[in-house]
Amino acid sequence: MSAFIYDKDADGILTITMDMPNRSANIINDEFGEAFAECLERLQSDESWTGAIITSAKKTFMAGADIDMLFDERDAKVLFEKTEQMKAGFRALETMGKPIVAAINGACLGGGFELALACHHRIAINHRGTKIGLPEVMIGAIPGGGGITKVVRLIGLEAAAPILTQGKQLSPDKALSTGLIHAVVDNKDDMLRKAKAWILANPSVSQPWDQKGYRIPGGTPKSPKLAMRLPAMPAMTTSKTYNNYPAVDAIIASAVEGASVDFDTAMRIESRYFAQVVTGQVSKNMMSALWYQRNHVLKGGSRPKDVPPTTTTKVGVIGAGLMGHGIAYVTAKAGMEVVMKDINQESAEKGKAAIAKIMDKAVGRGRMSAAKRDEILDRIHATGSASDFEGCDLIVEAVFENKNLKATVTHEAEAHIADSAVFGSNTSTLPISELAKASKRPKQFIGIHFFSPVHKMELVEIIVGKDTSSETLAKAFDYVIAIKKIPIVVNDSRGFYTSRCFSTYTSEGLTLLLEGQHPRSLEVAGKRAGMPMGPLEVLDSVGLKTALSIAEETRRDFAAQGKPMEETAVEKVLSEVVRINGREGKAHGAGFYNYGKDGRKTELWDQTFGLFPTAEQKLDLQTMIDRLMFIQAIESVRCMEEGVIESVADTNIGSIFGWGFAPFQGGTLQFINAYGIKAFVDRAMELSVKFGERFEPPKLLFDMLQEGKQFK
Amino acid sequence: MQEAYIFDAVRTPRGKGKKSGSLHEVKPVDLLKTVLVALKERNDLDTSQIDDCLIGCLSPIGEQGGDIARTAVIYAGYDVDVPGAQVNRFCSSGLETINLAAAKVRSGWEDLIVAGGVESMSRVPMGSDGGAMAMDPVVSRKMGFVPQGISADLIASLEGFSRKDVDSVGVISQERATHAREQGYFSKSLIPVRDMNGLTILDYDEFIRPGTTLDSLANLNPSFAMMGSFGFNDVALQKYHEVEKINHVHHAGNSSGIVDGASVTLIGSKEKGTAMGLKPRARIVSAALVGQDPTVMLTGPGPATLRALKRAGMNVNDIDLFEVNEAFAAVVLRFMKDVGIDNFDKINVNGGSIAMGHPIGATGSMLLGTCLDELERRDLNTGLVTLCIGGGMGIATIIERV
Repeated sequence: MSAFIYDKDADGILTITMDMPNRSANIINDEFGEAFAECLERLQSDESWTGAIITSAKKTFMAGADIDMLFDERDAKVLFEKTEQMKAGFRALETMGKPIVAAINGACLGGGFELALACHHRIAINHRGTKIGLPEVMIGAIPGGGGITKVVRLIGLEAAAPILTQGKQLSPDKALSTGLIHAVVDNKDDMLRKAKAWILANPSVSQPWDQKGYRIPGGTPKSPKLAMRLPAMPAMTTSKTYNNYPAVDAIIASAVEGASVDFDTAMRIESRYFAQVVTGQVSKNMMSALWYQRNHVLKGGSRPKDVPPTTTTKVGVIGAGLMGHGIAYVTAKAGMEVVMKDINQESAEKGKAAIAKIMDKAVGRGRMSAAKRDEILDRIHATGSASDFEGCDLIVEAVFENKNLKATVTHEAEAHIADSAVFGSNTSTLPISELAKASKRPKQFIGIHFFSPVHKMELVEIIVGKDTSSETLAKAFDYVIAIKKIPIVVNDSRGFYTSRCFSTYTSEGLTLLLEGQHPRSLEVAGKRAGMPMGPLEVLDSVGLKTALSIAEETRRDFAAQGKPMEETAVEKVLSEVVRINGREGKAHGAGFYNYGKDGRKTELWDQTFGLFPTAEQKLDLQTMIDRLMFIQAIESVRCMEEGVIESVADTNIGSIFGWGFAPFQGGTLQFINAYGIKAFVDRAMELSVKFGERFEPPKLLFDMLQEGKQFK
Repeated sequence: MQEAYIFDAVRTPRGKGKKSGSLHEVKPVDLLKTVLVALKERNDLDTSQIDDCLIGCLSPIGEQGGDIARTAVIYAGYDVDVPGAQVNRFCSSGLETINLAAAKVRSGWEDLIVAGGVESMSRVPMGSDGGAMAMDPVVSRKMGFVPQGISADLIASLEGFSRKDVDSVGVISQERATHAREQGYFSKSLIPVRDMNGLTILDYDEFIRPGTTLDSLANLNPSFAMMGSFGFNDVALQKYHEVEKINHVHHAGNSSGIVDGASVTLIGSKEKGTAMGLKPRARIVSAALVGQDPTVMLTGPGPATLRALKRAGMNVNDIDLFEVNEAFAAVVLRFMKDVGIDNFDKINVNGGSIAMGHPIGATGSMLLGTCLDELERRDLNTGLVTLCIGGGMGIATIIERV
């Protein structure tokens, strides 16, 4: 079966429908390459056609290139030549002299959009799923099939830069107003009719950049006006990326350098950057985590295989506070019925009003219809009474982190729910097996740890208790998938996986502060390392009092087990800041930073500099970066070693989506792979000699080194 | 080894570097011709004896392109045997040519050289020639490129120079330049620019603003705050990680002015001078260049000065007068800190580029001439000229009267 279907009408217009066999979507790979080459040959040898329409038989037009093909390629020469070959094909198509129309019936992304850019006219159907753009940068790659060169030549360097560097996916209307496509239609018939009409009206065409007198809109780098603003272009990206994302840099470089030369040279420059970036380590890291491992997780990598799929229809949420109403919102949004209970009707209604507020914002921005908002609100029943939980097949409690309170609400809910229902606890720290003791049915008790703000954070950490059954795990897993979040599965232990590893980042930050390193330097080190916030800023947003009480509770628990602890850096620093100076964090308007009335940080609190004596020996930034990164990676390895987490994919994905671990490193374990296990162990030993045994490499790493293994 | 001596130095006045500036109507090659002709006439030069003419220029493009040095010597009526080279070391180009000339003389290969510079900033604006440093994203990222104003504000932020600190430098510069102009301290070497009819176009430094005070400067808005917000502040702060934010203190009143002008200096060996009846006025004692981090960019004068002093076996106290180019006020303050000088007694005694402007390619040669004139007027011995340079460099030259 051929991948392309040809159909010629009475006017001589060829409709070429891409329908790659045994695939749900068309994709650029070797098979496509063959079909496309055959197509070109056909078009070149057949004189009888007058124009052509390229469209797809799938739901999407084309979603992009085969990532397998890119991920496995480490040879820049091979990739460069392959890319040039594909581009030569695209070039042949657009220089045939006869009109070619891309009839974009659905998502048209990456290589798919580059195919459309090799057509003279682009018409898209206006429905919700249709996204148009070049999102390669999201997985650390860049457009290499003419995308950069052509978008720059269609809309100009300055307009192209944000679209390309942010990997924006545009709706058909937005793509039209931006100048990336030519027409938007309502349905397929309209699309084909318009395509044919355009062909008949334009029997002989060429691309804008091939026309005489063509100039790049907005000018080239040599135009004085653009030249004045050009130097800011890399600075503006550096300001966000800390130069950690080679793809962003390469897009800017390819766009600017390409705009200085003729079209064909620009295309070749683009191929060279493409080959460099795609064979580079960062793109491998990002593809590995954000594509392969993310898909693996979402497809049930850690879900018990032998349990049939489950559906959840009615969810009871206990607590209508920040976490509770967030959970209720995402659950109702996914189409489930929700009963949201708080201590009384009034508190529950308050939570519902907060949900309405979140959606009002989305409605105001045109991201949600008012009808959709009302429909979602209608699915949420706010109540003060536990008896309303009747009929719920899943309960998620989100009350304060207090063992006794959690036990009480467990009893209350269990009195009203079916024996088969599952009880989930949204706790970030309390051991699940301990909480399960309050349950009549510990097998159906599980941890479902959400992150704040619930409607924005994609990760959910599922915690399996000592007695939790695999059916219960499957149910929780399927629920998390149903609410369109990413479930990772961990075993019960203090801080589980995410809180435990994340806390090493902040505590290392406070250790640096206590050592007398400049607070501003360690914040920059955190961000240069690729973390979304510096250790002090992120602690401020968690809440300093919260962080301190977690630290103190840990000490009490250890003491109860007969294991006394030395006072930690966290306790030393936070008791100084919180207890003595009364600064509790961002929510209170004062922490390590000062905050303005709008809640935004203004500057470091001046005494952050003075609380601890400045170190005589200032560490260089790279050493601070290493300490902040290694400590998280080492803790992740310990979690694996202890069986707290079992899947490499879950570990990496949990680190990126849970606490924002540098995405360009591909997660905590991929960071070690990329660093090289041997080099990592050596550096960790150096750090442990200089800064303490917390950096001692875990045995697992030595074993892996011996066996020549990587985290896979 | 033969020593290098300065026989003479002349300059045009500095005209405001905009359309309404007096020298805007004058082509750069005519600015240069003006000083070349004056140098020849004042010294009754047999130009066939000149071995080379080196002309500094920041933007050697358009009217200033195509080797303006060779163009100008022929245009000015010099002997056909005078070659010429245009030299670009950014802001220091006009001093670089003098150091090169001195080095050539000291090598013994050449004996008499005209060195100097030209810049018509009103006709060929800064940045006209592009350059990979700012315009090539790959290169600029590697260098941590930021515009000079951001670097100047970064220095102020690093050192804690307040708005008042930097404004004071501006006020002093204006007061001193005003006084020097009134007293005619510049007239010895200042060559009026005239038209083809001999009518005077400009015969004084027109950029000076007499009566400038701290109060009048206090009203000026910072010039580089908006530019900084386009990502450049972050580029600087990611590198200078102990600085929390850039304090934007520089503005038109404490930064060097954009002006037009040209200057040349005659340099040669004692023997050549004697043979031609030229009187050596000063010896070029030593010269030095340094490279610094390109992001902070403008910290070169201190280290360059120390290197030049070391090369000469001298120390800071041996220098009677300093000309520190006032690219930005913070550059001068940082220089003082770096070399350990705590007052302005010996520094820029007749004002500087804040008051009079900084015709980039010509400034180095102008400062050298100004320094020498003032040493003679005060009957002092040694002078040091230093400039900060784009891309993170610094230059210094020490002279000694003979």
